[in-house]
Amino acid sequence: MSRIREKFGELKRSGRGGFIPFITAGDPDLATTERLLIELAKAGADIIELGVPFSDPVADGEVIQRASERALRNGVTVHDALTCARNVRQHIDVPIVLFSYFNPLLQFGPEPFAPAARQAGIDAVLVTDLIPEEAESWTQNLLQHRLDPIFLVAPTTSDKRLARIAQQAHGFIYAVSRAGVTGERDEMTRDAEALVKRVRSVSDLPVAVGFGISSPEQVRAVWRFADAAVVGSAIVKQIEKLGDSPDLVKHIGEFARSLVAET
Amino acid sequence: MRARGDQNFWRELNLLLRDYAGRPTPLFHAQRLTAHAGGAQIYLKREDLLHTGAHKINNAVGQALLARRMGKHRVIAETGAGQHGVATATVCALFGLRCVIYMGAEDVRRQALNVFRMRLLGADVITVNAGTRTLKDAINEALRDWVTNVHDTYYLLGSALGPHPYPLMVRDFQSVIGREAREQILSATGKLPRALVACVGGGSNAIGLFHPFIADEGVRLIGVEAGGCGDSLGKHAARFHSGKKAAAGAWAFFRAQCRMCFRMRTVRSPRRIPSQPASTTRQSALSTRSFTTAGEPNIRRRAMQKPSKGFDSAQNWKASFLPWKRHMPFCPRFASRVSCRLMTQSS
Repeated sequence: MSRIREKFGELKRSGRGGFIPFITAGDPDLATTERLLIELAKAGADIIELGVPFSDPVADGEVIQRASERALRNGVTVHDALTCARNVRQHIDVPIVLFSYFNPLLQFGPEPFAPAARQAGIDAVLVTDLIPEEAESWTQNLLQHRLDPIFLVAPTTSDKRLARIAQQAHGFIYAVSRAGVTGERDEMTRDAEALVKRVRSVSDLPVAVGFGISSPEQVRAVWRFADAAVVGSAIVKQIEKLGDSPDLVKHIGEFARSLVAET
Repeated sequence: MRARGDQNFWRELNLLLRDYAGRPTPLFHAQRLTAHAGGAQIYLKREDLLHTGAHKINNAVGQALLARRMGKHRVIAETGAGQHGVATATVCALFGLRCVIYMGAEDVRRQALNVFRMRLLGADVITVNAGTRTLKDAINEALRDWVTNVHDTYYLLGSALGPHPYPLMVRDFQSVIGREAREQILSATGKLPRALVACVGGGSNAIGLFHPFIADEGVRLIGVEAGGCGDSLGKHAARFHSGKKAAAGAWAFFRAQCRMCFRMRTVRSPRRIPSQPASTTRQSALSTRSFTTAGEPNIRRRAMQKPSKGFDSAQNWKASFLPWKRHMPFCPRFASRVSCRLMTQSS
């Protein structure tokens, strides 16, 4: 059974909502990314999303775009992100989702990518800009190497497309909370809840909600109707703020704990 | 897509192109240039005489009509040098649509006059400071705006790129250039030209000129890119000459490119498309070169280099992964007809 399915099974049994933090590989540097991954696992991350930096992250807001730029300045590639994952695998058992745009993976070579990712201990791959219409062979290749293809759905996704995505998706479905790019928002719209309901009508997979979730209140709000909450920009913003401060890793751990703390 | 088969839509468009944009544009026999060059009879298709001074208006009018048809009240666009932004701002003023133009900070500085012109036409010009602060980042920012405001906003893309059906639309709206040119050259000389030459930036005027000539096997199609000071990264503006494939987003981009000629065939041999490190994340159907002309040692040398590993794997992948029969990025029917020259300023 895949680590992700196991994890969601475990969450369901314990009646808990899942917490999925996101960080960009190589921001502020690769060694720190490894320490951050381990710290986030300790802080209660149920799954971790590891972002591959890309020069044109059109689905991301400015916070994650800047993180990408910092990582690219360090020369970070898909290969480095995989190495990162491989290095931390000895220390943590948390499922890791590689979060990327298609272009870096295409440059890496989609055929060698799947076995390389599997070897590095990656559990699933989310390609933000690969549409289901074009994803069939990509998906097949991932599945052959026991990687879960994760797909995004948005409030603007039609029911027909939703059904098509549900057919191809494995692991979980990532529901985008609102129309727009990643980044913090003060309020959660009702869009997310309605979307999750629609996803449930076509798929039995767990649903994670992301985009714009930055506070413990929002995380809890998501847990009321979805299986997990993804927090990206809010964490990346803290990383940006602290930069190469020696307290960075400790602080991010504390921040992550505060997001999932019981009140 | 429904508008494509609607005669009323095309009638309205053609009327606007004639009465507002100033079509048809003349085909001018440049006799002094012909004498100076001492070879071919050179004819110029004068797209510069259109309203706003460039071919961009052909596509802008067409897409603005579509925006209105779709009930969108707000139009966004990207612009590099500003020509597409000016054309978009102009048609938005014509139709009474709100207009927001995204422009890289570098371009805003370099093209202050066009920024002034767009603002004069009532457009909001938004300066983009992200990334390289040029066209690519302006497009990214426009896309972000679009996904956020898609309910009331139309994205008026000016180049032959982006998600399907944009390249298709741009081709359809710009093909008027080639259709007119074909008729005009036939009536002026009684025969088809030996070659067509078009500059390639985003590819809209090249596809517009070339497309009606695709079936004419005797006509060479030559795309010219800005080579700048050399072919190393950052020294030129040529995006397509490397022949390296890349994905341009979540989009049925490849498919749309193929529809430039509605023909999809087998994968081209990798030997025929020499590879260079990518200078860009976009790829194009215009990527094939022929190396027939003497006096281009630089290009010739490169042609003899072996394809790099990255290219090979992309190529193999292409053959085995996506359903390439439908999604050929290098549509042979089109690509094999176009030779792409790199104009490099000797430095």
